Amino acid sequence: MNENTTSPLPPNPDPCLNVEITPELVAQHGLLPEEYDQVLQILGRIPNLTELGIFSVMWSEHCAYKNTRKLLRLFPTEKKDKDSVGQVLVKAGEENAGVIDVGEGWGVAFKIESHNHPSAIEPFEGAATGVGGIVRDIFTMGARPILLTNSLRFGSLESAHVKRLFRGVVSGISNYGNCLGIPNMGGDVYFDDCYEGNPLVNALCAGILKHEDIQRGAATGVGNPVFYVGPGTGRDGLGGASFASRELTEESAADRPAVQKGDPFMEKLLLEACLEMMAIPGLVVGIQDMGAAGLTCSTCETASRGSSGIEIDLDLVPQRETGMNSYEIMLSESQERMLVIVKKGREQEIKDVFEKWDLHAAHIGEVKEGDRMVVRHKGVVVADLPAKSLTDEAPIYDQPASEPAHIAAARAWDINSVPSLSQASVEASLEKLLAHPTIASKRWIWQQYDHQVMSGCTVEPGSDAGVVHLSIAGIDKRLAISNDCNNRFCYLDPYQGAQIAFAECMRNLACSGARALAVTDNLNFANPNKPEAYHMLKECVKGLADACSFFDVPVVGGNVSLYNEHGDGAIDPTPVISMVGLIEKGERVTRSFISNSDQNIILVGGLPHELGGSYFLQTEFGKKEGTCPGVNLAEEKKVQDFLIKTIDFGHIRAAHDLSEGGLLVAIAEMLFENPELGADLSIDSLGESNRLDALLFGESQGRVLVSVSDEDLEEVMQSAVQDGLSILRLGKSTRSGRLKLSVAGNEILDSEVNKMHKIWSEAIPEKMNHS
Amino acid sequence: MKVAILQFPGSNCDWDAEHAVHDVLGIPAARVWHKSPLPTETEAVIVPGGFSFGDYLRCGAIARFSPIMKDLKSFAENGGQVLGICNGFQILCEAGLLPGALIRNDCLEFRCINQKIRVEHSNNRFNPDETGGELILPIAHGEGNYRLEDEALRKLESNQQVLLRYVGNPNGSMNEIAGIRNEAGNVYGMMPHPERAVEPYHPSLDGLPVLKAFLKPILSHSSVEISVS
Repeated sequence: MNENTTSPLPPNPDPCLNVEITPELVAQHGLLPEEYDQVLQILGRIPNLTELGIFSVMWSEHCAYKNTRKLLRLFPTEKKDKDSVGQVLVKAGEENAGVIDVGEGWGVAFKIESHNHPSAIEPFEGAATGVGGIVRDIFTMGARPILLTNSLRFGSLESAHVKRLFRGVVSGISNYGNCLGIPNMGGDVYFDDCYEGNPLVNALCAGILKHEDIQRGAATGVGNPVFYVGPGTGRDGLGGASFASRELTEESAADRPAVQKGDPFMEKLLLEACLEMMAIPGLVVGIQDMGAAGLTCSTCETASRGSSGIEIDLDLVPQRETGMNSYEIMLSESQERMLVIVKKGREQEIKDVFEKWDLHAAHIGEVKEGDRMVVRHKGVVVADLPAKSLTDEAPIYDQPASEPAHIAAARAWDINSVPSLSQASVEASLEKLLAHPTIASKRWIWQQYDHQVMSGCTVEPGSDAGVVHLSIAGIDKRLAISNDCNNRFCYLDPYQGAQIAFAECMRNLACSGARALAVTDNLNFANPNKPEAYHMLKECVKGLADACSFFDVPVVGGNVSLYNEHGDGAIDPTPVISMVGLIEKGERVTRSFISNSDQNIILVGGLPHELGGSYFLQTEFGKKEGTCPGVNLAEEKKVQDFLIKTIDFGHIRAAHDLSEGGLLVAIAEMLFENPELGADLSIDSLGESNRLDALLFGESQGRVLVSVSDEDLEEVMQSAVQDGLSILRLGKSTRSGRLKLSVAGNEILDSEVNKMHKIWSEAIPEKMNHS
Repeated sequence: MKVAILQFPGSNCDWDAEHAVHDVLGIPAARVWHKSPLPTETEAVIVPGGFSFGDYLRCGAIARFSPIMKDLKSFAENGGQVLGICNGFQILCEAGLLPGALIRNDCLEFRCINQKIRVEHSNNRFNPDETGGELILPIAHGEGNYRLEDEALRKLESNQQVLLRYVGNPNGSMNEIAGIRNEAGNVYGMMPHPERAVEPYHPSLDGLPVLKAFLKPILSHSSVEISVS
């Protein structure tokens, strides 16, 4: 440490200035010795405690992406085809959320963000504030939020602890989102032992706005006033950003003060007040939400983006606790607050809006010349730092990577190590899959979410993609949304697994009639300082980046959550992908359920033949093993183009992609909206694998089931042949209430749809209602 | 403006109600802030759904003290047409404009589902001629469990003030009650959301006859062309 600059500190009104900065204190703040040396170099002196705290949160993984920044540069951030719909208006990393064009002068802002660690400790509040945070990111852009989704990951539902987490997370999301009145369109949920002590809670929000209404988070115009809006600051959530950048341990429960408490009513007021304020022409210069690292992050980021200085006085910050020191005020993560820079001379206009909504609008500072972020408290300067050094000069690491042994083993796996499936066992195997919580109906979850508020819900949760009508913007278009990531494949082959997540997400949109426009991703990984974990992170990012480039679907923002470990275990790599797509015409909206008898059921993409990584291996043998199914992006594109084309022609009545559980699960799911329906199906051969299990339960990629009426059948079949696609008519839907299937001339299944439906729909409620 | 849609802090179905009445039915409607007076030209009032004042304390318990409630009460006392939907129903009960109370669903969870509803053959204007008897309407609430003292409930039933009943009780309501009217027949409250069943992409179009039936008195002398079918 630098000894020259230590001099006896004068007694000071703010106790944070009187604390001696020791190596222990630096370590407690999660800064490495070399990082602290960099701080000393930047400042040319020893920081005080408040300044140390500011560096610590701004340079945490959560805010600075220390370990991933280099990797994230691999993602394409704009479209190569400049003539297509979906051009990027605000790129990833520029602002609080990315914005894409959806035509007619409208844009969509959307982003996903994690709240994993808080949810592990306090599931209800953790998940609720996760929703609150992402919603603020969207309306900060000037957008009216129009939908929410979540990607959730939990351990096995057999565990009482997991049930508690699951119930808490779902009710936290339900409570917060429903009160805000933003439809929650579901998302995706997986259950796997690897998430036992470390659940994942990723929340997405999308909003709509006119191009000219896009707001920026920059502090510009020297002399412009800086306002703090929202409820008062308390001691909750102190240092949440650095908390999120550590592994979870048994002691994490003691970190409870780092978990924030949400107030959805306050957020609703803030949302309406901010939108009302931003609708006043020329009033708002810059706006930024106080999320991770609260007042610290919002002041230095707005100053840095505006290439300005900024000065604030903490005595003017509304506080709901007495005796808070500058460290606490700067690092508090109290929820539902924003920083707004308005045009000088128009202070009364912002005050009027917030008074209407009974919220604080406190004038706490000013935009200054230069590049310093200056913070005053009780008449003295408590922080004086170069803003850009906090946002742009955080250390960036390239970690050593090495391939974990299990990946090589997965590549070398031999399908013959799996005992073959007898015909007699098919029904039982199917039922086991339908009862697995990952595959079973998620209605228990989404019926707790208000998905119909705002009157736009066009396809409710439970189909391949959720669809909302953009009626609130007064335009006749629909936005489709899907989240995806099968961790099993990412564990077995990170590069391909990430591409599978991408391809499936896009396929889900295609099944609903939508063309994908852009991606937001949430990279949930383990400790990057462990070479094997870093290898998986790196490979997943590469796989995603290559898929994005291939499909010309850019990444417009997202989030990284590292250190997802608990005790001895790390989570599987889980790069959650979420995509939005556009459906121009109402008649193109397609759902995944067959609604009539006498529909031709057709498999596009060829017979499945790969068993590696499948849920069948899990439910039959309890194994997460095998070679990850192959991904052929060119074939995938052909299938999706074909889907969109035939949906456009009005030939497709229902479409459902094959995913977890494979062909037979997908067929059953298509019949579940009306269990009076049945199907009479036959497949001529066992296909490439020559195995019943791989055919029926294998999870080969790029496969879709569609239902087609007789009058369109020939055209659909011919069109597929012309496109060079493998297409197979399996049979027809019936009114028998039975699913019948024969393979290579042998009847292998004749099962009551109602019975299967019951297993599938009751699996999760049964576990949750008897706990 | 004929239809006033009240907007409390935390209301979140106000836009939906305006969309249904104004854009779909073509009846002039506008949102009115809870601190403003009720416009004198108001012919009907919708108290929309949402979480007024965060639903803290009890649903609707704080909203009933809002400045506009004074105007609403005199509007109702003078025979003005009032419809409370979901949180609006809760507010009208708290304000004493409708009998009873809505407590936590018996399943203890929020429920957002498309619910089968039976329209009662009572002497109200929501009779099956207008509504077809059985409806599918969205419900979305955590506190829709309708409660009333036994004696008052008997009176409610014998007066034929029960308007809508659930087919399959989703929340534990007494007598499967989903919607009621006051004794005078000008104040209505219901948990289901008719304004969420008015577009081709909605779960049904069954909200249209319900809203049209409610607005019939003002439609009958309306200059706006509306077919009530």
